[in-house]
Amino acid sequence: MSAPTVASALTAPTARSAPSVELVDLSRSFGGVAALDGLDLTVAPGTLTCLLGPSGCGKTTALRIIAGLEHCDRGEVRVDGQDVARVPANKRDMGMVFQSYSLFPNLNALDNVAFGLRMRGWNGAKRRTRAGELLELVGLSEHAAKYTHQLSGGQQQRVALARALAVEPRVLLLDEPLSALDAVVRVQLREEIRALQTRLGITTVFVTHDQEEALSVSDQVAVMRSGRLEQCAAPAEVYADPATAFVAEFIGTMNRLPGTLSSDGATVQVAGRRLTVRDGGPQLGGEVAVLIRPEAVRFELSETGAATVRQAGFRGPITRVVAVLEDGTEVLSDVPSASAAELVAGRRIDVVLADVPVLVVER
Amino acid sequence: MTAMTARTATTAAAGPKRRRPRIGRALLLLVFAGYFLLPLYTAVDFTLGGSRRNMGHTLSIWTGLIHQDGFTENLMTSLKIAAVTVVLLLVLMVPTMAWLHLRLPRMRRLVEAVCLLPMAIPAVVIANGILGAFKSWPEAITGSWWILVFEYVVLALPFTYRSLDAGLSAIPLATLVEAARSLGASWPATLWRVVVPNIRTAIASAGILGAALALGEFTIAHLLLLDTFPVWTDQAGQQDGEVATTAAMLILFLSWLLLMVVSHLGRSRTAKTPKLQKTQTRTMQSQKPEKVGTGE
Repeated sequence: MSAPTVASALTAPTARSAPSVELVDLSRSFGGVAALDGLDLTVAPGTLTCLLGPSGCGKTTALRIIAGLEHCDRGEVRVDGQDVARVPANKRDMGMVFQSYSLFPNLNALDNVAFGLRMRGWNGAKRRTRAGELLELVGLSEHAAKYTHQLSGGQQQRVALARALAVEPRVLLLDEPLSALDAVVRVQLREEIRALQTRLGITTVFVTHDQEEALSVSDQVAVMRSGRLEQCAAPAEVYADPATAFVAEFIGTMNRLPGTLSSDGATVQVAGRRLTVRDGGPQLGGEVAVLIRPEAVRFELSETGAATVRQAGFRGPITRVVAVLEDGTEVLSDVPSASAAELVAGRRIDVVLADVPVLVVER
Repeated sequence: MTAMTARTATTAAAGPKRRRPRIGRALLLLVFAGYFLLPLYTAVDFTLGGSRRNMGHTLSIWTGLIHQDGFTENLMTSLKIAAVTVVLLLVLMVPTMAWLHLRLPRMRRLVEAVCLLPMAIPAVVIANGILGAFKSWPEAITGSWWILVFEYVVLALPFTYRSLDAGLSAIPLATLVEAARSLGASWPATLWRVVVPNIRTAIASAGILGAALALGEFTIAHLLLLDTFPVWTDQAGQQDGEVATTAAMLILFLSWLLLMVVSHLGRSRTAKTPKLQKTQTRTMQSQKPEKVGTGE
């Protein structure tokens, strides 16, 4: 297929300006158990927002309510300011990619991509041309005549993506689209999805439980817990400046060290060092747990050190070293592998904390 | 060496033991084949004049069947009843079963029990029950073959339920429907374009079983004093056994033909789509990494 045709496929979805999506006080219960409990979220036009959280936090329920596949008990789903909560799924003009692909087994790849266009009354030749363009967009032109069982998982998910994009949806919804793929394909496809989303400028909501996936592809990450939003911010901010202890411990790895809070709550004494307590922390006073990332912890060899190395796990460029304080508390540090050779089990070390504001929680 | 000898001895001892069940199965198959095929053979032989040894075999009864009084009319009536029964059954049951699977899965056992009732209720009770239910309907329906259509729809419910239930259970119905809905398909379009094509074999099975029932049912048609092909066959049999047997064989072969068509449809479907999985994820884990953007 010629380049100009592909270009038309690429530009078509952006012909309409991307809408914003707002969830306002969204609530949904299943048999008395609240899956969503007053969720508020705003997705800016043309951006990709990841709904991230542990299993059962309500992220898929929220996505299905946006798609119209589930109804809400209370609240609004606003697309470009208009509440669509009562609009049936087939009238919402949204494209959805499912975890289990959901390709139609009775149709080949081309007809799967053309399905949504057929439902919109496009004539045969026009919709086949458009479907062919979309298949080329996801690199599957030569597989157009294949049925789902003749395609690999990654190829099926690309067809599903092409099918969702073919109808030029106002909003693209991705429900854990990569979780069933193996690690290498997952990384490749997520980069591809992000590249496509950026090029098409389509407002996208991406549900995942994989924090690395969420941090790497999104403009903003919405961390959810028990049907509520814990924090919604840019990936770097969520990682570096978690709003709550849950976010801090859910995103990445976190050390939880015993500390003593000053009477004014501004500083905390931990591992022989006094660190500043981040704003917004609880006014606990006394004994607390200090949350600090492994990369903010350094181990120095010392015969009189207060900790002992328990184990070191090689992870390529870095080695994760686990040490134990005298009171039995475990401390993790990510050490460049080149300088981790001497940090072997049984060596005495000093634990040195970087001078960064820390989050404190109840011990 | 000792161990090897011991193993060889064990294998040798196990050899005949493994063969025995196969011989048993073959014998059992032969007995059942004989039980089913012998009566058919004798019936066909009878219709070919084999019982009258001095005349030899002839197709004259088969070719003369069409000239028998009432043969064509009653055969056409039965074919009409079968066709309308199948259409009504499928129009009623396919959407109902799809809805049951999607929205009311907990009701499946109850609906199954209701659908299986016609198997346990005597034909005379069903006949009278339906007559009672339709007594306020026009005579054109209650006094014609139309009433038989309603009777047969009820009688065919157990087969239809089982076929459609198996077909719908074998596909990831909920996700396929949700995918279709999110792509803009209305409920009727989802049913017609997504559900029906993916349970084609189950629908064909249900249809064929319904047709076979409608073509061969005698008791209710006889009780309601309506002329159908089985009733005509019974009446013909009182005057000429060969004609009745030939007509019965004709219906049997027609049903077989239909079943073979379904079986062929099922086989070609299987060749095209090896197996529909509830979640189409089985092949994902073992795939090779693909080159980005090429799908290779």
